[in-house]
Amino acid sequence: METMEQILGQQSFFAGFPAEFVALIAGCARNCHFKAGEYLLREGDPADSFFLVRQGKAALEIASPARAPVIFTTLGPGEIVGVSWLIPPYRAEFDARAVEPVRAIAIDAKCLRAKCESDHHLGYEMMKRFLPVMVKRLHATRLQILDVYGHR
Amino acid sequence: MQAAALKDPFVPDICRVASARRELADAVTLELEPLSGARPDFRPGQFNMLYAFGVGEVAISMSVSAHENRGFVHTVRNAGAVSGALAALEPGATLGVRGPFGTGWPVAEAEGRDVLIVAGGLGLAPLRPAIQEVLARRERYGRVTILAGCRSPHDILYQRDLERWRQRLDVTVEVTVDHAGTGWHGDVGFVTGLIPRSPFDPDKAVAMVCGPEVMMRFAAGALLKAGMPAADIYLSMERNMKCAIGLCGHCQFGPAFVCKDGPVLPYDRIAGLLAVQEI
Repeated sequence: METMEQILGQQSFFAGFPAEFVALIAGCARNCHFKAGEYLLREGDPADSFFLVRQGKAALEIASPARAPVIFTTLGPGEIVGVSWLIPPYRAEFDARAVEPVRAIAIDAKCLRAKCESDHHLGYEMMKRFLPVMVKRLHATRLQILDVYGHR
Repeated sequence: MQAAALKDPFVPDICRVASARRELADAVTLELEPLSGARPDFRPGQFNMLYAFGVGEVAISMSVSAHENRGFVHTVRNAGAVSGALAALEPGATLGVRGPFGTGWPVAEAEGRDVLIVAGGLGLAPLRPAIQEVLARRERYGRVTILAGCRSPHDILYQRDLERWRQRLDVTVEVTVDHAGTGWHGDVGFVTGLIPRSPFDPDKAVAMVCGPEVMMRFAAGALLKAGMPAADIYLSMERNMKCAIGLCGHCQFGPAFVCKDGPVLPYDRIAGLLAVQEI
């Protein structure tokens, strides 16, 4: 039976992460499953958790009145669902829905925020992991907005 | 063969439209039969100059391998006067064809290596002949991965081919769209996002990339980041081709003429030019 520390240590997201920090994060982590169609996050809800996907696929969606939701990105194994836990007021910005069964590690954001506040080295390491994720998504969004496949 | 070598490259052959298949709202695939009865021979990645009588001429890549024995097959997007006239042709109509011209995809050179195909939008059309030839001799290649990106699920080109290739157990096929409704169960995101999770050995792979230039530039960047040498990344460039034989200079791209030195060019040769405005 693998421990949570071992499971986290195998994730590329935590590659090179100091072992003592992995242990701290493991104290805030648990395994979780979502059936297809279930929501990992709902827009506006407190960002109490974020998820590291181990298997399956989740879609980030924007819902608007009188329109069907639009999926703007999908996230799969090794990817993070939920970055709003880092940014006040700590509320989910979008819906995250499992488009197929998802197996993930859920990390208690309140627990981790408190640990990051009390240990800024841990907080800095987490920022170093999350900033590239956010920049990569911003970059991808820019390319999507460019609508490069449309007519010139 | 001597007669073919002496043939005036400016004189088009007349071809008949054998079939016209609507692929997308603005794209049609034309199968063309030379009236001479000649069997077209060409390499994946090459292009023809298609002449809509009384309207004009435009460069369009082959979109089916010569090995399929279907004549010249071109997928044309209605993006202007000439391509609009071509896209409106119906079976039985005739048009002028000059070609084939240009360089091809490195299909033979890729033998023994992993093959990564990265297509954006209609860029899958010039890549399809290369895919067909690789899959026809599948045992000669390492892992084969096809990544296709497009605007929405309604804009997926050659959906039946993608489904057929995906059903094979020896090819990885990933399709992503820029945005989708909740009925879509595939990936959503820019095509470059598929590269880091694709199964290929960057030291022994060849990448063939075709799509809008912005997409190709960022795809090449993602491939470099994955560890691929620039010389193993090939892009198919598009410029305003006129003579198609390197005489008129309309398609000059830095020191290269896209019609003659391309359209398929290795990234290490053009990397510095791709970010330069108005080349």
